[in-house]
Amino acid sequence: MKMADHMPLFEVFIRSRRGLDHKHVGSLHADSHEQALEYARDCYTRRSEGASIWVVRSSDIVASQEEDASSFHDPMDDKPYRHAAHYELPDAIGNM
Amino acid sequence: MAEYKCDEVELEQRFQQRVDDEQRIEPKDWMPEKFRRNLIRQISQHAHSEVIGMQPEGVWITRAPTLHRKIVLLAKVQDEGGHGLYLYSAAETLGATREEMISALQSGKAKYASIFNYPSLTWADVGTIGWLVDGAAIVNQITLQRTSYGPYARAMVRVCKEESFHQRQGYQSVMALAFGSEEQKAMAQDALDRWWWPTLMMFGPNDAESANSAQSMKWKIKRESNDSLRQRFIDQTVPQAEYLGLRIPDPDLRWNEERGHYDFGEIDWEEFNRVISGDGPCNRERIEHHVQAHESGAWVREAAKAYEEKRRIRNESAESARRSRGQEAA
Amino acid sequence: MTDTVDKQVLFRYVQALGDDALVLGQRLSEWCSAGPFLEEDLALANVALDYLGRARMFYEYAAQVEGAGRTEDNLAFDRTAGEYHNHLLYELPRGDFAITMARQLMIDLYSVEYLSALCHSRDETLAAIATRCLKESQYHLRRSREWVVRLGDGTDESHYRIQKAFNELWGYTGEMFVPDANEQTLADAGIAVDCRDIREKWDRQLDTILAEATLERPDEAPAIGGGRQGVHTETFGAMLTELQYMQRTYPGLEW
Repeated sequence: MKMADHMPLFEVFIRSRRGLDHKHVGSLHADSHEQALEYARDCYTRRSEGASIWVVRSSDIVASQEEDASSFHDPMDDKPYRHAAHYELPDAIGNM
Repeated sequence: MAEYKCDEVELEQRFQQRVDDEQRIEPKDWMPEKFRRNLIRQISQHAHSEVIGMQPEGVWITRAPTLHRKIVLLAKVQDEGGHGLYLYSAAETLGATREEMISALQSGKAKYASIFNYPSLTWADVGTIGWLVDGAAIVNQITLQRTSYGPYARAMVRVCKEESFHQRQGYQSVMALAFGSEEQKAMAQDALDRWWWPTLMMFGPNDAESANSAQSMKWKIKRESNDSLRQRFIDQTVPQAEYLGLRIPDPDLRWNEERGHYDFGEIDWEEFNRVISGDGPCNRERIEHHVQAHESGAWVREAAKAYEEKRRIRNESAESARRSRGQEAA
Repeated sequence: MTDTVDKQVLFRYVQALGDDALVLGQRLSEWCSAGPFLEEDLALANVALDYLGRARMFYEYAAQVEGAGRTEDNLAFDRTAGEYHNHLLYELPRGDFAITMARQLMIDLYSVEYLSALCHSRDETLAAIATRCLKESQYHLRRSREWVVRLGDGTDESHYRIQKAFNELWGYTGEMFVPDANEQTLADAGIAVDCRDIREKWDRQLDTILAEATLERPDEAPAIGGGRQGVHTETFGAMLTELQYMQRTYPGLEW
């Protein structure tokens, strides 16, 4: 098995026709972005018409690390005023 | 490689705590090396099973008895390939590469579900595989939706959504036989006779015998025991066979009112061990088919890569020519 | 459906379109689990499914036109070799990946033009079927074009194989542009496509792609035809044996 015929890995994100955002669904191997889009269409959207597909080379993804992240994430967690539930409204106002 | 600010013992404790708390472990999280290796083994073998599983049903696509059955079977086998893809994808998040996994499959280092080492001899086998083998896989995969490793769990959710069509079309196909002519009924019964016991073996050895089970359960890779899953499958399938008027080939099969489950006969573990270690009816053919496809496709993969490289070089030189023209003009 | 057209003439035309689709669908389905890598295996299966679905649509309509109570499956499976009227290019064995893609490209270029024209058929059902299938063929063309270019401009080996594939298949292409008397009658009535109209554009588009793929247009080869008359290539019989195995072994049953 030659390492020479290795095709790069692409991550696939799909937004279904009625969806609001792209979700990561998996990955596949292809030689170019165009080919990756086509394979994503053939492999990941067989049951949904008109989906929007994003493909990204896996090597281009930069991710935050969980373990050394207390300074990265925790300050985001302790500001309840950013969440709607923090605010009580009189019943008379109805749904907001 | 990330630099971790705490020592390994503490990391392992935190890890186990997360698992105990039913939190998902994700690709970039710290995990014990054994956990990583265990997962790679399990996920890649699951992927191999899907891909090898394309073969016994795939051989009937060109001979299907109606256009509808032909289309449904092709779509189903395509789905199996797709499941293999989702699973290879999940394994790659752990650092395994597609080449390594294919290599391990072809060399015999990696295993796949032993059920696919049995031959698919008649059209009835196709429906029976859908009914029983997919049925058994569903029982297993439903519990794996709660497995501790995120990408594996999410792949399982996707697979489960697609899998119920597989079992239904299989059962429908067997129904047509069971309620058809005498010849068709006999075909269905014969297929059931051959596939019943190997399907039960899909759930693996009794829990007492299974080496990997205890650690897998602790890490919540595996959520339920082999025996428990096998019992569930039997309980749900016996009524399905009764509805068809087909006889399950187990003289010891009977409802146990006290247990609230079906009692069943002893599995032939010698056969199981023989087949899983390479001595089943189709082991050699399954791998050979895979090797053949892969080797005859090598020139295609090389061509695609060579073309992409040429294109990259062409684009780069066009880009630098454009830039130097821009500089000259300035 | 136009009343002025002979039912039999229309039936034969629609059935032949079904035959093209069935036969190519069958050949493509042979790639299942045999593809050069998993992603391509799945993609090829989609193309096969599109063609088999197309066959169903044409056969269903043909049976309706004939009005003799036959079903799509009767038409698909219960005829002898001489009664299938597909173009020969569609029935040839799948060969290696180069043969498959060279054949697919030439058929896709043809299909996109053909179906675009058929969308304007005075027969509403044919127009509707064509509208559905056109999108599929446009996607097939995207794939086959890219593969031919990749293989032509890839490695020495791939270049050799795809050039050889075009050379071997070339003799079968002419048939697609020669209407039989049946088709001619229907084309004059605005129902069928006059396939002679497609030739020039097909040649031009193919030449552009061959050039991009660094391939040579094959030398003119003696044209092989007869498909629409039911005269097939030698391997057709074996393919039919496989296709019809269940129907011949267990005739008249439900599945």
